[in-house]
Amino acid sequence: MYTEKLIDHFTNPRNIGTLPNPDGYARVSSPGCGDIMELFLQIADNKIVDVKYRAFGCAAAIASSSMASEMIKGRTLEEAAGLTDEQVAAELGGLPDVKFHCAVMAASAVNAALKNYCEKHHAPVCAAL
Amino acid sequence: MANTFLYFDHSATTATDPRVIEAMLPYFNTLYGNPSSLYSVGAEARKALEKARATIAEVLGARPNEIIFTSCGTESDNLALRGTTLAARCTGNHIITTAIEHHAVSNTCVQLEREFGFQVTYLPVDPDGLVDPDAVGRAITPHTALISIMYANNEVGTIEPIAEISRIARRHGIPFHTDAVQAPGLLPLNVDELAVDMLSISGHKFYAPKGIGILYVRQGTRLLPTQTGGGQERGMRAGTENIPYIVGMARALELADSTRLSEVPRLSRLRDRLISGIVESIPDAILTGSRNQRLASHASFVFPGVEGEAVVLKLSMLGIGASSGSACSSGDEGPSHVLSAMGLQHPVARGSLRLTLGRENTEQDVDRVLKELPGVIASLRAMSPFYNAEGTIAVQPVKSL
Repeated sequence: MYTEKLIDHFTNPRNIGTLPNPDGYARVSSPGCGDIMELFLQIADNKIVDVKYRAFGCAAAIASSSMASEMIKGRTLEEAAGLTDEQVAAELGGLPDVKFHCAVMAASAVNAALKNYCEKHHAPVCAAL
Repeated sequence: MANTFLYFDHSATTATDPRVIEAMLPYFNTLYGNPSSLYSVGAEARKALEKARATIAEVLGARPNEIIFTSCGTESDNLALRGTTLAARCTGNHIITTAIEHHAVSNTCVQLEREFGFQVTYLPVDPDGLVDPDAVGRAITPHTALISIMYANNEVGTIEPIAEISRIARRHGIPFHTDAVQAPGLLPLNVDELAVDMLSISGHKFYAPKGIGILYVRQGTRLLPTQTGGGQERGMRAGTENIPYIVGMARALELADSTRLSEVPRLSRLRDRLISGIVESIPDAILTGSRNQRLASHASFVFPGVEGEAVVLKLSMLGIGASSGSACSSGDEGPSHVLSAMGLQHPVARGSLRLTLGRENTEQDVDRVLKELPGVIASLRAMSPFYNAEGTIAVQPVKSL
């Protein structure tokens, strides 16, 4: 059902935790099943210098959160903005159809946290978010 | 020992007993006849069929002609519900059941409601998952055609007071069906003591193979066959009888019933060790289902702050097979209907785990679960936004996508 890569991210999730004063923050839920992802971003010089998150959900939800955090860590805001659910799922080596909403949640959390940063700092990069 | 796989999911299915396989074998390619045929292999098959029927009838305290062989517990439930209600549809249009039935019963009720115009009362349960017999009595109308209430719940192990409820049904002359799929080997099955009119059983829950079931139907109960054809099973379930599986199931039921009185106290001790060990070692662990009115094999919990499928997957990586009623498979499924009916709210109900014991489980097996599970729950809680470091459950409103 799950790829080796997904199981690896579920068993050894990257970047777990919280940041006390995040520059960008979002808490999103998957409609219907109620999975939750809470994402904390530390941003300096237009770059995501640190990422932390907490997740409540099945293995696919935890692995999607972990993968999304890896995909944006160290990236510029321009590079991270617009991360898609397809990209997260593809990096995991694919998700079962019934679990695709987990990648949707992870990508939405990234974009919502970036938007939160942009709103606070009037950063133009996220105008499209 | 650390690498052996420990199976704790006997309410899902069981391995077929070698003695059952041995009993089945001759009926595949030696005594392979169709019981309706007249020559010797057919006659031998007929003899085996009727012997199996008599064995099962004896365990149930029933007459052989009250036993109908089906393909599984789900088919038995379907035949009981659809068969009695459609037979009674000129006089009755009302069904009483509960909010915690297996989907084989509840989804059949939903179809009877939507497509055939029946009214269905889904009785609530208390926080232990128990149905109130008085509520059954109050729900009865002059048009009640059937009452169907499970013997023991598959998700939380609660044993329902069906002997009491069935007598209320009998006083009103209403047929009473029970889904007894979780009962064989664990609970008494005498249909007169239980005063039931119909009872469903599934072979693979008691060490027979998958693909075979029983519906007991008390003589005089009106039943419309839902599968028509060649008139087998007294016209109640057409189709060539599955002789090897029927023979195997009869042997399995005989074995399960004859070991019940010694196995139940043994399983109860293991279960209690499991329950107290988990409740003591894992903060905020909640036992689901009744503490006392509980199947001897059944331990079920919710662990606030975690999600059941993640727990099950982590346990499976540690070589422990368990299950969760919470699996979010489609993205729009809510938590278990059973836990919801017992008043457990999302997201707590999502953190459910079921451990069900069987013949081969030992105290060492239980101790391995007790050794591994606390770490699994702690690691998932460490990353959960619903469970903070102080050990309290933080449920905040969230922004929906």
